[in-house]
Amino acid sequence: MSLLIIAEHDNNELKPSTLNTIAAAQKISDDIHVLIAGSQCQSVVEQTVQVESVQKVLVADNGAYEHQLAENISKLVVDIADAYGHILSPATTTGKNLLPRVAALLDVAQLSDVVEVISPDTFVRPIYAGNALATVKTTDKVKVLTIRTTGFDAVSSQGGSAEVVILEQVIDSTQSQFISEQLAESDRPELTAASIIVSGGRGMGSGENFHLIESVADKLGAAVGASRAAVDAGFVPNDWQVGQTGKTVAPDLYIAVGISGAIQHLAGMKDSKVIVAINKDEEAPIFQIADYGLVADLFEAVPELEKSL
Amino acid sequence: MSEIDLIDKVYRGFMKILVTVKRVVDYNVKVRVKADQSGVELANVKMSINPFCEIAVEEAIRLKEKGLATEVVVVSVGSKTCQETLRTALALGADRGIQVDTEDGLDSLAVAKLVAKVAKEEAADLIIMGKQAIDSDNNQTGQMVAALLDYPQATFASEIVIEDGAAQVTREIDGGLQVLSVALPAIVTTDLRLNEPRFASLPNIMKAKRKPIAVKTAEELGVNTQSNVETVSVASPSDRKAGIKVGSVAELVEKLKHEAKVVS
Repeated sequence: MSLLIIAEHDNNELKPSTLNTIAAAQKISDDIHVLIAGSQCQSVVEQTVQVESVQKVLVADNGAYEHQLAENISKLVVDIADAYGHILSPATTTGKNLLPRVAALLDVAQLSDVVEVISPDTFVRPIYAGNALATVKTTDKVKVLTIRTTGFDAVSSQGGSAEVVILEQVIDSTQSQFISEQLAESDRPELTAASIIVSGGRGMGSGENFHLIESVADKLGAAVGASRAAVDAGFVPNDWQVGQTGKTVAPDLYIAVGISGAIQHLAGMKDSKVIVAINKDEEAPIFQIADYGLVADLFEAVPELEKSL
Repeated sequence: MSEIDLIDKVYRGFMKILVTVKRVVDYNVKVRVKADQSGVELANVKMSINPFCEIAVEEAIRLKEKGLATEVVVVSVGSKTCQETLRTALALGADRGIQVDTEDGLDSLAVAKLVAKVAKEEAADLIIMGKQAIDSDNNQTGQMVAALLDYPQATFASEIVIEDGAAQVTREIDGGLQVLSVALPAIVTTDLRLNEPRFASLPNIMKAKRKPIAVKTAEELGVNTQSNVETVSVASPSDRKAGIKVGSVAELVEKLKHEAKVVS
């Protein structure tokens, strides 16, 4: 049966998380359709038709979908759901906001943060902050899944030639209204797509001190992350948070600076290929999972690191 | 209720808030998978109110303290032990509790159906829920309740302002922050930075023992709690081994360049 993916995009760009989701979809179905619901999102359509393995691109281009409010998009998806055996989205804040609403309207379960596809009805997902992995099987007529992007290598953004289908349905709810958005602007790579991440924790002491980490990050072309403690303390904005309730990352190199390594933080980064920990407390749990640990005062070690790169 | 009535009710501070709470393994406990892979070990493990639910209770109480709500009702779905979690919420300042008596570990859709029924019966104007429970890590139930009631939703809230019959909610999203206005009745799910929950004082803990908890069943609410999802097995993730300690920054850089080859 066909499979539907809800694309992650900002009306201009197809987000890489969609490519990871397509990789998961390849293990389920050969007939992969991608829904782009947005406003003036033609460039997203042009990018998506070229993506490997995509057979059909469904386009709902209307002002009502500009901010992808769950109230509108969920009903749009339910409207076309009959044709599909699976409905997937990346496990981003947009996907997590939308898909449970779709599932409930279809009277089926939703499986969150799938990291492995065993068969078209059996999946693996982390529970308890990744301290256990549950294998679950669903007999629901439509299987609704969010995909943890770090579990699947992205498909190529080239090589496809999908057919475009225009959807005419306009679902405009007045219940929910978009007021404003404050998006972080940065020249650094996105946390979830970066190959190197430098993260700071409570040990940084203040927001100003994060410039030490930022200098290292800029030398390495890395993204900057933070532990929940650093975000809660107001050192840095929420969208920097790595962990159980923040972002899940798996870069080639993760450098944890002044981070003790609470379970909640490890849940978000322990699948990184190489982990470096710099902490003055040699008992810090972060050292139990680090490939390279340096017991040192970060205020001396980090500037030295920056100079030697 | 017409929209005018609702606005009037909110203006006069007559809003009724329903808050959901879940009993989970305490966030400081490192869980262990059972030897037979049927689940995680729950015997003799410290249980607590789910941290996101605690934030939801705190927010509801603050709205009441500001004179925006008259009553805060807490509901929990599960076996009799979840009454302890309801008492925790009552000690923080909620007015009364409802236990929906079921087996533990129902899936999100079943819980959402039960909560939706209770919200209708109670005619709640605002439903505040944690964005996820730290055991199943699903992040679904609030969105599902919203779908079942056809109410608007504002998930992952870091600020809630009530005015003119609507909730203006700041949401934590991947790229930063987003502000939505949702017409009441609505569902809001809490993120970590919405507030810092208070500690219950001893007198309030004593007082909470006398606050009423009603018990309802799924049958009474007319909800079928069957699930089509079966847990086949629960396994431990492959353990990551500790590596080595390096003695200096120079040694670290050398290892990253020539051993791990992740820095050029």
